[in-house]
Amino acid sequence: MRNRSLWPYLLIAPTVAGGAFLLLYPMLKAALISLQHFRMGELIRGGAEFVGLGNYAELLAGAEFWQVVLRTLAWTAVNVVLIVVLSTGVALMLVRLRRGMRLALMSALALAWATPVIAATTVFQWLFQSELGVVNWALASLGFESFRGYTWFADGAATFAVLVILVVWQSVPFGALTLYAGLTTIPGELYESARIDGGTGWQVFWRVTLPMLRQLFALIVALEVIWVAKCFPQIWVLSQGGPDGATTTLPVYAFKIARVLHRYDLGSAVALLTVVLLAVALVANLRRMVRS
Amino acid sequence: MRRLALNAAALAVLVMTIFPVYWMFLTAFKPTRDIQARTPSFWPSAPTLEHFVTAVNAPGFWTYWRNSLLVTVVAVLLALVVALLAAFAVTRMRWRGRGAFVVMVFAAQMAPWEALLVPVFIIARDTELLDSLAMLTGVYFMITLPFTIVTLRGFLAAIPLELEEAAQVDGCSRLVAFRRVVFPLLAPGLMATSLFGFITAWNEFAFVNVLIIKEQDRRTLPVWLSSFRDVFGTDWGATMAAASLFALPALLLFLFLQRRVGVGMTAGAVKG
Repeated sequence: MRNRSLWPYLLIAPTVAGGAFLLLYPMLKAALISLQHFRMGELIRGGAEFVGLGNYAELLAGAEFWQVVLRTLAWTAVNVVLIVVLSTGVALMLVRLRRGMRLALMSALALAWATPVIAATTVFQWLFQSELGVVNWALASLGFESFRGYTWFADGAATFAVLVILVVWQSVPFGALTLYAGLTTIPGELYESARIDGGTGWQVFWRVTLPMLRQLFALIVALEVIWVAKCFPQIWVLSQGGPDGATTTLPVYAFKIARVLHRYDLGSAVALLTVVLLAVALVANLRRMVRS
Repeated sequence: MRRLALNAAALAVLVMTIFPVYWMFLTAFKPTRDIQARTPSFWPSAPTLEHFVTAVNAPGFWTYWRNSLLVTVVAVLLALVVALLAAFAVTRMRWRGRGAFVVMVFAAQMAPWEALLVPVFIIARDTELLDSLAMLTGVYFMITLPFTIVTLRGFLAAIPLELEEAAQVDGCSRLVAFRRVVFPLLAPGLMATSLFGFITAWNEFAFVNVLIIKEQDRRTLPVWLSSFRDVFGTDWGATMAAASLFALPALLLFLFLQRRVGVGMTAGAVKG
């Protein structure tokens, strides 16, 4: 049965079939559509025309696309920096806490982590609601009178800020719990000897903790970059990329073009360019993190 | 003094982490006049179930609930079965192309699903699978499948082959040996992977938006919840009750499975 049997191939057949129809075929189709003239008319009638790199040329020549790219970079940078810094802080905190408090904090993090994205997004709309939202109430009570009845979702920067808070809140649990698991593997003797040598807290962190966990940090940064750059449901539900396009990142842009404007060709091109941009950014990031 | 500051900071982080979830449940149980009060109360003084009644009686609630559950459960079970077959072939058999297959599965884990929204929509339209739960289930199955194979492969590889061989020596066929000996040991692995699949499918938002277009009663809970303004207007109590009902299965499953996963069930099964 071990050799030259058909069994293994029969066992992987469902996987191969699923992958071929639902993954490989759509990927080829995505590439093809991005090279065609494919809009509402072609969707109904069929017979899309091949236009080469026309869609990509149209995108790269337009100012809007580059604006969206820059916004996506800013969105990713702000979120990932906040997530990594806060996760590190919480992980270092977890290591130092006594058992009871540590378990309580870890349970809270797990709870936030498990909350479904759309549920959390709906809750944040309620938290930041203008008249009855608890955030405006708290800010006004603290003396920031201008926040009384403030409409967060009418202003681009404010909506952007709310989305950042939402995404950071959702992402820190994963980062903190993973880094905490990593921290517990560092032998205590290393810290002791660093202290004996007179290292301050900061020095110990930069010279001992960070080098020991370099690969874990590289992994977390990579995962968060992917997660944040591709983040779609939160933005779409909260602002649909508005107001005035202020929160339109690349995935939202691709979705809008395809679904609202019925420019399937251009939408596909944006989505594929996003994949390429992400791949380039990740390879560069990983190489630098591992080497330095 | 240091410990005090540390605990205070930890408490602040804890409150900030838990507050949105707490606020969701609290609002869902608050009477409407408390929700609309100028000064919000942070404790349930007179809990009520009226918002849950409103949410549950909203048009289509049970349909969306059933759709979500159906799509999620079928996708997860299908992925488990298909992945188990593939993982068995990869860990227990030698065959040509095995290495290539494993590499493909690893690569498929990083598939850019966001870029496949348009082609999947067009393929569904061409095959007349738009507005069908079957297509949606298929997509969720495929999103979770690579991860499921990779994890199950890890769990299977950790179960010593000697256990099966011992059963076979005792007269079991290979299939029976697998079912009686390996399958029970695999339970934690199956649960761990199904948790991931469940969360993914239960939460999925982009594909259901693209694939379910005309038939409103084929939508799932995330889409329904995202359009809460059309359903509940400014009734935040009912909106939070609906969000709570949507979040609850995920939260419960997470807490339930977290304890069970990762138990070393094979520990001590084979003497070294």
